[in-house]
Amino acid sequence: MLEYARWKYVLVVVVLLLGLLFALPNFFGEDAALQVARKDHEAITPDGLQSLEAFLNQRGVHHGKSYLDAGRLIVRFANVPDQLAARDAVNEQYAGTYITALSFAPRTPALLRALGLRPMPLGLDLRGGLYLLYQVDVNSAVKQALDGYAQDVRRTLAAANIPLKDVSEVSIDSKNPNGVRIVLPPEADVGAARTALATTLQGLSLTTESLASGSALTAVLTNAQIRERQDYAIQQNITTLRNRVNELGVSEPIVQRQGLDRINVQLPGVQNSAEVKDILGRVATLEFRLEDMQNNAVEAAQTGRVPLGSKLYNHTRFGRPVLLKREIIATGDQLTNATSGQSQEGPSVNVRLDARAGENMLKTTRQNLNKRMAVVLIEKRRETSEVNGQKVSREVTDEQVINDATIRGIFSNNFQITGLGTAEARELALLLRSGSLATGIYEIEERAVGPSLGRENIGKGVTALIVGMAGVFLFMAFYYRAFGLVADLVLLANVVLLTALLSMMRASLSLPGIAGIILTVGMAVDANVLIYERIREELRKGVSPQAAIRAGFDKAFSAIFDSNITTLIAGVVLWVLGSGPIRGFAVVLTFGIATSMFTSLMGSRALLTLMYGGRRKLGQLAIG
Amino acid sequence: MEFFSHQTSYPFMATRKVWYSLSAVLMLVALGSFFTRGLNLATDFTGGVSAEVSFPQAANVDAVRAKLVASGFHEPQVQNFGSSRDIAIRLPPEGQQTTAGIRTRLETVLKQIDPAAQLTQLDVVGPQVGNELRVSAIEALFFTLLFIFAYIAFRFHTWRLSFGAILAVLHDPILVLGFFAITQMSFDLAVVAAMLAVIGYSLNDTVVVFDRIRERFETNRRSPPDVVLDQSINQTLSRTIMTKVVTSIVVVALLFLGGPVLKGFSAALLIGIIAGTYSSIYISSAIALDCGLTAEHVFPTVKKAALDHLP
Repeated sequence: MLEYARWKYVLVVVVLLLGLLFALPNFFGEDAALQVARKDHEAITPDGLQSLEAFLNQRGVHHGKSYLDAGRLIVRFANVPDQLAARDAVNEQYAGTYITALSFAPRTPALLRALGLRPMPLGLDLRGGLYLLYQVDVNSAVKQALDGYAQDVRRTLAAANIPLKDVSEVSIDSKNPNGVRIVLPPEADVGAARTALATTLQGLSLTTESLASGSALTAVLTNAQIRERQDYAIQQNITTLRNRVNELGVSEPIVQRQGLDRINVQLPGVQNSAEVKDILGRVATLEFRLEDMQNNAVEAAQTGRVPLGSKLYNHTRFGRPVLLKREIIATGDQLTNATSGQSQEGPSVNVRLDARAGENMLKTTRQNLNKRMAVVLIEKRRETSEVNGQKVSREVTDEQVINDATIRGIFSNNFQITGLGTAEARELALLLRSGSLATGIYEIEERAVGPSLGRENIGKGVTALIVGMAGVFLFMAFYYRAFGLVADLVLLANVVLLTALLSMMRASLSLPGIAGIILTVGMAVDANVLIYERIREELRKGVSPQAAIRAGFDKAFSAIFDSNITTLIAGVVLWVLGSGPIRGFAVVLTFGIATSMFTSLMGSRALLTLMYGGRRKLGQLAIG
Repeated sequence: MEFFSHQTSYPFMATRKVWYSLSAVLMLVALGSFFTRGLNLATDFTGGVSAEVSFPQAANVDAVRAKLVASGFHEPQVQNFGSSRDIAIRLPPEGQQTTAGIRTRLETVLKQIDPAAQLTQLDVVGPQVGNELRVSAIEALFFTLLFIFAYIAFRFHTWRLSFGAILAVLHDPILVLGFFAITQMSFDLAVVAAMLAVIGYSLNDTVVVFDRIRERFETNRRSPPDVVLDQSINQTLSRTIMTKVVTSIVVVALLFLGGPVLKGFSAALLIGIIAGTYSSIYISSAIALDCGLTAEHVFPTVKKAALDHLP
């Protein structure tokens, strides 16, 4: 008698059922779809959905079912011309409210979608799109911080009436500047200078030395502080890029940090890289200005008469126009930090300006207590358009008022903006940072795949998968007879489980990933072959069939285990060190080893025990 | 059905000198062509631009090349790709650090030749990225070998088997490199991934043979090592060949149906699988034997790892 513990059967069945469930969304295919999002990042309501559907009906555009997904509206279409017609109609009618993006909507039934089950996302090589890699100049971020410290030192010493000879950047035990050196003339009191600078240079390691004439203080940033500056610079750029990518109206964009000082941007479906780069490559700045409270902004917006000395801003984040005075109190390149946090009055944004802007702010707030001050985010970009077949590029400026608050106290370079919600505070801090002097980034890699090439790639990958699998199935059934069919079932289960795992992980599938699946099919056979050859060997020794099956599994185990671990090592190294397509392959390879070990050790044993285990007398095994 | 109905007993160990010399010749050819001809490194590693352009009619490759040169592109390589209407363009990296602007320049030139020309694929890789990819590929290779060496030494208790495995495993990617040097097929990132997979698979085979050696040594401590090794290889031979035949079926499907993107990848895998089968049969155990492998090394005390009894 062959036996297999009941809990193992249960485990195999449960895992397979779960696998089927998670793999299921991949088998329904996709419809052409239009993704519609609100420009102000608000969620679209069911009412919005109905009115948009009504609009499409009125325009006579045929559309399928639409649904809301994470605040965005997805409308399906039976074919691409309908999809394009709908996009043009929506863009024409709702240019100010909505951003549209062409995308694909999985044909997954609503029930599965409600459970959060989705198909594997396709990589750029399979659906077409644009990949950009940016290098962030992290050293200049540190230099900016040092500039700020040098400025603060000058101001603090002047305020304390301590004479100063020179402040300069130095590199202590490092290739790049990481500290400031403050040279004092002989008449200066070093002790007093140290005391005066204690708050300005808080956290930096400070050393004093005597020079032939006078003395010098050296303040050096710790490695942790340098890393913090660099991370801040990268985070700032990621935020900025994300905000801009969102405006592009791309479905499922990815903006992520890569390694120490890189950012990669993946834009599925994007074809026109010139336009994208115009938007991503914008230069942003901020302006802090006083609000003109003598005049009525709404009236000015209606009549078009703007009072002298003021400027009208219609585009604001709070939905009403404002009039701002022309004088600028501070600009974005003077902003050194903006973080969201908690204050006694609830969520707040802590803003830090440099010394010069701080002085200006002090003067302004002293004279304008209880008046209102606003922040304007200004973005300049190049827009390329085609005029009579010639590419014409011009500079476009977008201005948006991102905050408007009452001045409640006198402050200089360090202040808080309160009266915000938590999400609002976080968003404002991000916007402020995106307008502060950004650390330079430049593009170092670009990869673009056209949509037709993507379709061709996926078609070829799937054909190769089907043909390869069919070949393996036939061969196994031919060579091992009934056992071969068991192996085929196990292989199928393996592909299902692998698909389920990849869908669960939301790992995007690329062409090398498909190659990985195909290879896994080939490799998963190996475990079965090892077991079957072992069973045959035992049978040749004259062992009874059931004992042969048991011995086959037991003796093949160590070989299967060790050989899979070595392949796993290669897979994991590739996963860790590789990027892009290599990583896609490695992920599939690694998961594939896990699923194939499970299916061939537990799955096939359960099946074979079920087939042969119960029979008291077993004459022969159908193992070829 | 069986290919190997009777237990084979090929004298692999006695003839090992023959296989050593065959491998030595193959290695020499592979390394010789690698050092003399070099690899046709893809844009992934060299930096620069590679683009695919689709024209409505048959494309005039020479005209495109001339036009590119006239527009200030240095040493463009232009050739047909797939069909007469599709061309592939490769440009060496330029001095600048950034890749911005290349697309617009390229599109402008193409539109001048034919307004309906379509840029179907464009890869622009900055020179520093190419350099880094090269370094990380070598790094990946090094760490894979290191970890595997350690794992085998740990599981089989002797460096002799580790050493045999590593030599056999180095043998396979070197042959793949030689193949790419001789054919001058484009050597890109996917090929490196394939080479690392080959290392994994080749080891997979070697380890199965080693596992059998471990088992034979345990039950059969009196037999001389060369007899045990021969028995082990012969007993696992049908499995080795079977698995490779099946894996080759899918790789051949990839090679012929997977399209141009996967051509280099699947070619590297196929060569590697064939080389790996050969090296795990003829090389890895023989090296361990010449390092003086005996039963004592694998089983200092007669005990099997507890792992072997799990399910």
